[in-house]
Amino acid sequence: MNQITELKQLTKKDFETNQDVRWCPGCGDYAVLSQIQKLMPTLGIPRENFAFISGIGCSSRFPYYMETYGMHGIHGRAPAIATGLKLSRPELSVWVVTGDGDALAIGGNHFIHAMRRNIGLKVILLNNRIYGLTKGQYSPTSEMGKKTKTTPLGSIDRPFSPVALALGAGATFVARTVDSDQQHMAQVLKRAAEHDGTAFVEVYQNCIVFNDGAYDSITDKATRADTRMVLEHGKPLRFGKENNKGIRLRGLEPEVVTVGQNGVTEADLVVHDEHDTHGGLAFFLSHFALPEFPVPIGVFRTVKAPAYQDLNTQQAANARASRGKGDLTKLLHSGETWTIT
Amino acid sequence: MNSTIENAETLSKANTGARQVEEVDNVVIRFVGDSGDGMQLTGTEFSKAVAQAGHDFATHPDYPSEIRAPTGTVYGVSGYQIKFSSGEVFTSGDAPDVLVAMNPAALKTNLADVKHGGLIIANSGAFTPANLEKAGYQSNPLEDSSLDNYRVYRIDISEFTAQALRDSGLSKKEVGRCKNYYALGLMMCLYSRPLENEIADIYKKFAKKPEIANANATALTAGYAYAEATEMFATTYQVSVKNVRPGKYRSITGNHATALGFAAASELSGVQMFLGSYPITPATEILQELANLKHFNITTFQAEDEIGGICSAIGAAYGGSLALTSTSGPGMALKTEAIGLAVILELPLVIVDVQRAGPSTGLPTKIEQSDLLQAVYGRNGECPVAVIAAHSPVDCFECAIEAVRLAVKYMTPVILLTDGGIGNASEPWLIPDVSSLPKIEVKYRSQAEGFQAYARDANLARPWVRPGTPGMEHRIGGLEKDFLTGNISHDPLNHQRMSEARAAKVAGIAKEIPPLKAEGPDKGDVLVVGWGSTYGSISQAVGMAAAEGKSVAQVHLRHINPMPSNLGDMLKRYKKVLVPELNLGQLSKLLREHYLCDVVQLNKIQGKPFKVSEIYDRIMELC
Repeated sequence: MNQITELKQLTKKDFETNQDVRWCPGCGDYAVLSQIQKLMPTLGIPRENFAFISGIGCSSRFPYYMETYGMHGIHGRAPAIATGLKLSRPELSVWVVTGDGDALAIGGNHFIHAMRRNIGLKVILLNNRIYGLTKGQYSPTSEMGKKTKTTPLGSIDRPFSPVALALGAGATFVARTVDSDQQHMAQVLKRAAEHDGTAFVEVYQNCIVFNDGAYDSITDKATRADTRMVLEHGKPLRFGKENNKGIRLRGLEPEVVTVGQNGVTEADLVVHDEHDTHGGLAFFLSHFALPEFPVPIGVFRTVKAPAYQDLNTQQAANARASRGKGDLTKLLHSGETWTIT
Repeated sequence: MNSTIENAETLSKANTGARQVEEVDNVVIRFVGDSGDGMQLTGTEFSKAVAQAGHDFATHPDYPSEIRAPTGTVYGVSGYQIKFSSGEVFTSGDAPDVLVAMNPAALKTNLADVKHGGLIIANSGAFTPANLEKAGYQSNPLEDSSLDNYRVYRIDISEFTAQALRDSGLSKKEVGRCKNYYALGLMMCLYSRPLENEIADIYKKFAKKPEIANANATALTAGYAYAEATEMFATTYQVSVKNVRPGKYRSITGNHATALGFAAASELSGVQMFLGSYPITPATEILQELANLKHFNITTFQAEDEIGGICSAIGAAYGGSLALTSTSGPGMALKTEAIGLAVILELPLVIVDVQRAGPSTGLPTKIEQSDLLQAVYGRNGECPVAVIAAHSPVDCFECAIEAVRLAVKYMTPVILLTDGGIGNASEPWLIPDVSSLPKIEVKYRSQAEGFQAYARDANLARPWVRPGTPGMEHRIGGLEKDFLTGNISHDPLNHQRMSEARAAKVAGIAKEIPPLKAEGPDKGDVLVVGWGSTYGSISQAVGMAAAEGKSVAQVHLRHINPMPSNLGDMLKRYKKVLVPELNLGQLSKLLREHYLCDVVQLNKIQGKPFKVSEIYDRIMELC
């Protein structure tokens, strides 16, 4: 009972550390930190049961600023470290904070396997489409043609869609939000926190120093109604200043249409289904990009599947039930034995 | 000590006259055939039979890295050597007294090792023109004079097995797979071993396939009967048993013993064991064994790669588990950065490196001791790690417990070195009494008042705090930390202080290593210093030289970083120090560096263990 009273008293402040936050002034990471610190006291989890794990990069400094348990690991390996922690301590709420280089370049392997395993980690990817900590080289999400210090003639690397990658790896919760939209981010993070298996959230995050304005087209109040599309389960895919544009399917090909023109009605629009069993809808949405299509934000897909840590706990319980609790003497004496007198 | 040498003579004298049973002191037998011929099974079963008779024994499985190389080729040859004795056995033997060769390629690749006058049992049915050609023979060695120095028994094992099983209803292929049991039957008779236990085992092993069980039992009995009935084996041999410590025994490989040691460490500490690993030859069995112990307080996790294996273990260590990762050389290379992380985090972690021949992929199934310097030094930065090494399959059990004990006491990664030789080889193990094993004390700090994440105890270890402990939320990471709080610190003097503290902590382990005691005179002409799996060969070689009156002693290191504190003085008490190693001189380098002491190197790097004679000869040159 005491614990519940204590929990009620927790506020955002309880999750702030005494360390100076060392991101550049104006960095999008501040907004994410602030939202997560706000979210924590609302989840009904004792503070000591949170752990934040990160790799290397600007975003990976995150754990130092959370008054929870935390580890700043090595480049790309946070999902693996977090997996070991979650597996050995399933009762903890384990969060991974990573970036586009950390998760998708050097840590790509751990990332996809964390997604497919459906282990109860919350993976927050702050995607600024640039290497910030090493001062401005292109990343796996930088757009083709981008000029950076290592692509002086423009990038010839085709970028990843992190959402498509997570979906392809079999993730059971996949969402995207934007650093500048606090309200939307808060909703998405809360839903991620409540998901049992691996929850993946891509946050479009502005790097003010090395890639400023990367998301202007979808964050600028003047244009964003036409450039982004907010996904809502059970509702038609609509967007636009007048909210009269939408997505229609012709066979397997999506197209942008205007309701009220050429006989298009709302009934012609695709209705968003987060639980779509085969994930096809989420997958084509994950490839929507300007200028042809609006950029979707929100929950692309969430489906129920057994969480890895629960299966593991269950297996151990079954093993104990069928074989009895492990007995060391019996174990050492197992196999072929013989006695010398 | 040199009874193996006499033994060859007894064997060669025994080929005439009526059947008799002859007592011999010890025997070395090597079974060789195609990798699909089941020679590992034959060897294991034979070693079980001699174990049940109470013999000490040592084995050396030697198999190719291909799962099934094309049949009949020299690179597909798989072998299993066993030495058993009436007394103590130190190694699997230098030169086989008996070679059982299932095809020409097996004979070709192994003949050079066989003792002069030794016994060769060849499956003559496999010496077809096609197989002879694949093995590179111009003419059939069973028919020309090339085996004149050996006693050769040409037995058509393929055909006799087929005849014995002609009514079994099995396919030709299935019948072919039974010939290893025929060969085993021959050897059981030759060495006066009863069949009952083996037949019972066959029915247990193949319980789900009764027709295969019947066929194997029939082949075994037929082989035995053939050996008994024919005039070929004029003498059978008996090895008596003496001077074996009473108690209950089992046969165990090093990898199995390592896994059991970790299971024991979990029980002795009452703490959950977590193994994060990735399959790699020759270490995989550790993961397999522990994966089968889910009814213990053990979690295993087969990660996506070697790095994922160690990183998951680091996560589990942070969570308060006894954390392990197991691998071999190439995997060690991949884990390097993460070992550094564990060092700076100061979390307990055991890394098992079952060494194999390198560099790179090297010879994955062959023995070598060439990861020593990698273990001691192979990381970026000043990155001290405790290193210990097991000297025999049975010793792996104790070393696994010791590694865990040091890791939690000092909050440090510990590297446990074994190798493919002891990992796969088996020997009899006098099963320890669980109540005699030392408890492992694990302390988690839960007192929030006055808590500082990097405040050190008398052993310079920092506190271990489990996430979930209220009021002690803190962050650790790979960036340099403040000496007390653990917060990020770029202060130059703090970095020096932390670097020195980490080094002093690991060096401080030396204070609890029991002083080394040399086996043999405590001063003299030659001290042979070894580590790891060379123990058996060195012991036997030193014993032989001592028996001839030479002033020679032996010391074998379990703790390599830090080294035992009296080693430096000990080295000075001998005129010469000989260091045999299965590498190009890695311990030699460490000894020179630590003690400014000259050492004589003896290095072998052929994917094979030392022969006793190789070490013995060198000792004799130095004395």
